[in-house]
Amino acid sequence: MNNNELQELIGSWFPNPEVTIASVVVEENKESSDLSTEKDEEKITTKEVINPSLLSFTEEGSEFLTIVVKPEHLHALMNQLKSNPKTRFDYLYCLTGMDWGKELGIVYHLESTVYRHQLVVKVNTEDRENPVFDSVCDIWKTAEFHEREVFDFFGIKFNNHPNLKYLFLTEEWEGYPLRKDYVDEVNMVIK
Amino acid sequence: MTKSIHQWLLSFMSETATSITEMVLIALVYLAIFAVAGLYLVLLERRVAAWFQLRIGPNRVGFQGLLQTMADALKLVSKELTGTDRADKFLYNLAPYFVIISALMALSVFPFTQELQAFDINIGIFFLIAISSIGVIGILLGGWSSNNKFSLIGAMRSGVQTISYELSVGLSLLTMILLTGSLQLSEIVEVQKNGWLIVQGHIPAIIAFMIYMIAGTAETNRAPFDMVEAESELGAGFHTEYSGMKFAYFFLAEFINMFIISAIATTVFFGAWLSPFGITESIPWLGVFWFLGKTLLLVLLMMWFRWTFPRLRVDQLLTLEWKYLLPINLVNIVLMALIVWLNLTIQL
Amino acid sequence: MKTETEKIAPTATNTNFKSEEYFINMGPQHPATHGVLRLLLTIDGEIIKKVEPDLGYIHRSIEKMCERDSYQQIVHLTDRMDYLSSHINNEAVCLTVEKALQLEIPDRVKVIRTIIGELTRIASHCLWWGVMGMDVGALTTYFYGFRDREMINDIFEETCGARLTMNYNIPGGLMWDIHPNFVKRTKEFVAHFKTKIPEYDRLLTGNIIFQKRMKGVGILSKEDAISFGASGPVARGSGYSCDVRKHHPYSALDKVTFNEALKTEGDSMARYQVRIQEMWESLSIIEQLIDNIPEGDYKVATNAVIKLPKGEYYQKVETARGELGVYIVSTGTKNPYRVKFRSPGFSNISLLNHIAVGGKIGDLVATMATLDIVVPDIDR
Repeated sequence: MNNNELQELIGSWFPNPEVTIASVVVEENKESSDLSTEKDEEKITTKEVINPSLLSFTEEGSEFLTIVVKPEHLHALMNQLKSNPKTRFDYLYCLTGMDWGKELGIVYHLESTVYRHQLVVKVNTEDRENPVFDSVCDIWKTAEFHEREVFDFFGIKFNNHPNLKYLFLTEEWEGYPLRKDYVDEVNMVIK
Repeated sequence: MTKSIHQWLLSFMSETATSITEMVLIALVYLAIFAVAGLYLVLLERRVAAWFQLRIGPNRVGFQGLLQTMADALKLVSKELTGTDRADKFLYNLAPYFVIISALMALSVFPFTQELQAFDINIGIFFLIAISSIGVIGILLGGWSSNNKFSLIGAMRSGVQTISYELSVGLSLLTMILLTGSLQLSEIVEVQKNGWLIVQGHIPAIIAFMIYMIAGTAETNRAPFDMVEAESELGAGFHTEYSGMKFAYFFLAEFINMFIISAIATTVFFGAWLSPFGITESIPWLGVFWFLGKTLLLVLLMMWFRWTFPRLRVDQLLTLEWKYLLPINLVNIVLMALIVWLNLTIQL
Repeated sequence: MKTETEKIAPTATNTNFKSEEYFINMGPQHPATHGVLRLLLTIDGEIIKKVEPDLGYIHRSIEKMCERDSYQQIVHLTDRMDYLSSHINNEAVCLTVEKALQLEIPDRVKVIRTIIGELTRIASHCLWWGVMGMDVGALTTYFYGFRDREMINDIFEETCGARLTMNYNIPGGLMWDIHPNFVKRTKEFVAHFKTKIPEYDRLLTGNIIFQKRMKGVGILSKEDAISFGASGPVARGSGYSCDVRKHHPYSALDKVTFNEALKTEGDSMARYQVRIQEMWESLSIIEQLIDNIPEGDYKVATNAVIKLPKGEYYQKVETARGELGVYIVSTGTKNPYRVKFRSPGFSNISLLNHIAVGGKIGDLVATMATLDIVVPDIDR
């Protein structure tokens, strides 16, 4: 599948309620999505984006199609990406913690071993004190270690992670070394 | 020479004191010779290993590295003895002596030549088997008392392994005893003047020899049966916590044990000091040469094993013994008994 | 006495014996962990109940250092990750930077990179093979592996002056042109090594003890291999076709033909055989390229200060251990905003618990050897 088809398909899973109410009949929408019950609850909370989908797509500055997803939709989207027979993103080859300055986020690089298409999913939060995302390690087992690494270096916590504790750092370590505002005057050489 | 010393001692001592002094003297001579021999076995092993491994091996200390292991021994003597805090000190210190003494004791009964045999008892073989299984107590003690889990695992493996393979060693030797009808080592040699036992007993003897070498390698805890040390699994196994001279005792004991296993095989299968086809029968002192030559050849074989084979896993080790070697051995004994009964042995 | 009983009769219901699990620390200083990796083992007798890797003993935070350094400097840091495939690591970063700058790399550079990359792979597999034998107790293999690896290191030394951390790649090409002897010596090596792989097989592969130790041990299914993000020979031993050289060819790998080594058993033996097979394939790749290294420049000029356009760049390459990904986020300055190395060892070590549970301590060591971990690669 090329990027446009992917965008169309994935976008249809998370229709923006404001747009759908205006243009599409509600019943049809329900049929097309397995996650309708979940979405009924979310309709009330998410209103700020005016976009045919709750996801925003971009190909700018990257060779892959990039999806930016809201934290609350992350797990449902990932589950769909893995299990949907048309996408089958069964290989999470990279999971990167990011500090965008204001926001903290995670970048997931996905590949399908069946169709060999690739996709990038990004999720961000502005909460720097207590950032929490849903864990995806029930979907891809490799995420368990990668999420622990992100927890070490960015302090991002994961819901439903089976064993979330420091992997690299010692238990008494203070601060999150890969965040941009981390200071360690002894060990860091700034040029 | 022994007689003149005997006379000289008798001239100023009572008979009991003389015999005790003589025993002490002989023990000291043996101790000195075999401690040094053990060191040279270590050197041999290192050179052999180097040969197998495309290396040169130690060749700097002395001519061709002949003083290398001496230097190592000196270093080990001067090293600090360390140990774990909560070790059972008494047993921890006792263990290496157990191992080395049991190894050295076994040496006393070997017939190096017709005359040179320190202690010719009528249960020679039995004595050897008994003594060589005492060593495992030292290993168990060492592993248990060092208060280290790796040591403990090593010691437990050692217990399992030695006790299992003891059976095969015993049974394969028993197979040969059927031919000689005596446990006394000098008589076993005497019988072989009509041909070495491995020739006399032909097929079952060869089977017994193969089983004996496998089980013997296992009993000395050498590769491919070095589960006890298994450096890639357990660090150093039972002697992880030993250092300096105590470690050296374990180390030396391993090599002396290897020598013993080969020496038993030489005595029982290859005619001890007897020369092949009696070519040097007229010069009896050459027996030492033949005995050591055959023994070293078997030692070389064991070294060959070690530097060629991967290590077995602990359950495979037991499978090999209990499911293969032991049944084969039992059948083999029956076969040998039949051969002896029907007079099918080959007498030269 | 409990342990003995269980070893002798593992299936027997040992209700008479109180079974007690205990905990043991394997590493950070342990011969089988190949560096400073610490494994927290929960053991019942000899049987592994749980393996928990504790990492970070050699973590140097290369990713953080990269944010401070220029793009040329980053290349040097990557040597120190998986030091056994240092050339391929360098290549990964250079390819990412070149992709971002949209540089047209001369064919000569591509071919040389590929040849040296494959030589690196063989060198790494040689070392792995030696250590693999050592881990299962055959000490001699180590020296055989090193003998052949030495020849490759000599070739590298002649061309770029270093043996292990080579730094031969720079963004835009190579540091220097190849040494005049390079082609000759590489050919000599290929001819030499073709006689040596059968020797490896004779010494270790065919050995009955070795086969018993490896077959049916540490089984990893294809689904699990994908789910755990396994890559390289580990994943290919499970029948998962994941060779980056095949699926996303880079440098001159699209010009050569080779087979992807695949085994479906998923046990330790399969992983072992895949690596042996890979050595043959690498030899074949080298043979196809060594005679026709194109003439041309060995680098294209880049600015002294490289600034990548704003954006995100991802490049994956196949190191000797599997898929190495380099993810660079640039904001248009001379330093990257964020660099992430997706190291193959990190994903591969995460499946250790999955495949080692239920085996013996000896199995754990053998299985770990077939994962071919390099600790600095895991810790970065």
